[in-house]
Amino acid sequence: MENFSGKIWVLGDDIDTDIIIPTEYLALKTVNDMAPYAFSPLRPELAAQIKEGDILVAGKNFGCGSSREQAPEIIKALGVKAVIAKSFARIFFRNAINNGLLLIENDKLRDAVSEGDEITVTINETIEHKGIKYPITSLPQNLVEILEAGGLVKAMQKRNR
Amino acid sequence: MGMTMAEKIIAAAAGVKEVKAGDIHTVELDRLMSNDGTTHLTIDMYNQLKEPRIADVNKLVWIMDHNVPCDSVKTAASHKKMRDFAKEHSIRFYEGAGVCHQVMMENHVTSGELIFGADSHTCAYGAVGAFGTGVGCTDYLYAMVTGKSWLLVPETLRFHLKGKLSDGVYARDLILSIIGMIGANGANYMAMEFGGEGLKTLNMSDRIAVCNLCVEAGAKTALMEVDDITLSYLKAHGREPKHCFASDDDAVYAHVYEIDLSTIKPIVAKPHFVDSVVDAKECVGTHIDEAFLGSCNNGRIEDLRVGAELIQGRKVHPLVRFLVVPASAEVYRQALSEGIIDTFMEAGAIVMNPNCSVCWGSCQGVIGENDVLISTGTRNFKGRAGHKDSFVYLASAATVTASAIKGEIATADMI
Repeated sequence: MENFSGKIWVLGDDIDTDIIIPTEYLALKTVNDMAPYAFSPLRPELAAQIKEGDILVAGKNFGCGSSREQAPEIIKALGVKAVIAKSFARIFFRNAINNGLLLIENDKLRDAVSEGDEITVTINETIEHKGIKYPITSLPQNLVEILEAGGLVKAMQKRNR
Repeated sequence: MGMTMAEKIIAAAAGVKEVKAGDIHTVELDRLMSNDGTTHLTIDMYNQLKEPRIADVNKLVWIMDHNVPCDSVKTAASHKKMRDFAKEHSIRFYEGAGVCHQVMMENHVTSGELIFGADSHTCAYGAVGAFGTGVGCTDYLYAMVTGKSWLLVPETLRFHLKGKLSDGVYARDLILSIIGMIGANGANYMAMEFGGEGLKTLNMSDRIAVCNLCVEAGAKTALMEVDDITLSYLKAHGREPKHCFASDDDAVYAHVYEIDLSTIKPIVAKPHFVDSVVDAKECVGTHIDEAFLGSCNNGRIEDLRVGAELIQGRKVHPLVRFLVVPASAEVYRQALSEGIIDTFMEAGAIVMNPNCSVCWGSCQGVIGENDVLISTGTRNFKGRAGHKDSFVYLASAATVTASAIKGEIATADMI
């Protein structure tokens, strides 16, 4: 995985899966059809504003609620490079990794940043914001392999080859 | 070193003697449940695999419950995909039998099993001492194809119950109180284990209600000690336990909570968080438009009896829609035989077929802009039951029914 920089969007605590994608849009055919409605109960304008390579920064318990895997898929479909949160709900954590969406836990960054700021992520080392470096833990190698393949199914196909 | 129930089940499933919290193990799954919420996605991924195969079809149980009967052409297409695939591969399949977790409890789950369900409330299976955990469709697919998965052994929070719930207080009030106490991520990645003398005062319906909602505190699974109540439930449903694990006396817990059941009061969880709990009395008088009695959490015969007893000889408030949705066909038929369905209909309730209903903002009963719902469902997230600007209060069957009669939030003692 390569290091990256990007513009951030800032969200609060307990961003649940019904906020990430409300039930009424789950019947749409593809995640790309659903993506414009991401976060709509909270910030209906947000999905249209997110650009390829942007980063989400949130509070605690991001992704709590349902096991709907469309939630991380849609965040990825919006072009989000990574989600950085104080903590992640466990089903969402597995689903995100399984879909190749990078998650980083950090409990300090959220309260130090403002929306629109730029941050730089050095994989397995730090997040840098306005000259301050926040240490991050490294991901286990098996999860890195899944992320690099673009998700668990792709990793399985790669292994089978 | 002693082990917790969660550790013992994982050790058995991993084929090792001992595991401890924080270890990662490859485990053999006993059962794999999936519903129409995401099965179509699993099938799409399955079909993309090179030479896909199902490791052991006897472990699979597929249940239609989220949109039953089908409510749109788009859903009909995903249902057809699921139905056809189940038929082609001889997968155990239910449609119209009820909400997945209730159907699983009535027909499949047994003590000591390790079960993946492609639904977050799979932790309900802990009511009989089974390790049930919710997964997404990719994890499900991996387990379906390999029969295995990996698990991080969770730390355990122990809830030691004593005493007895007071009259008019229910298991639903107990678990909402616990979630309020530890918070919506208070058990994130952890197992919540329940035991103690107080557990013996909770029947199987109560136990399912408690375990089912543990994911709202972030828990990976919930587990209850196996006792005579468990064994007689299993026997009545024609099943034997696989293992009857109990935590060792020297098991290591992240924390032990002592809960005196007699101190629990009727509780309401206010919009838009399950841990936003208050004494139900604080919400009395809040306007409501709809009331919902149902769901995998609180749609069993015991819950319907509570509602029916309250509403017998009374009427649903003229400005309220009161939806009664039995959790399974078995529950529905039992309610019919007891005259409970008639009681609800006589009172003006809308009785519907078993499904997930407005608990997840689909099927029928979805609420509109500014509507207020009081519900025995699982969640009250913003927009969960319909419009993004609507409001869901969670409460027991008694509080929901009392509110449906009054037209505003009310407790049963006010009826």
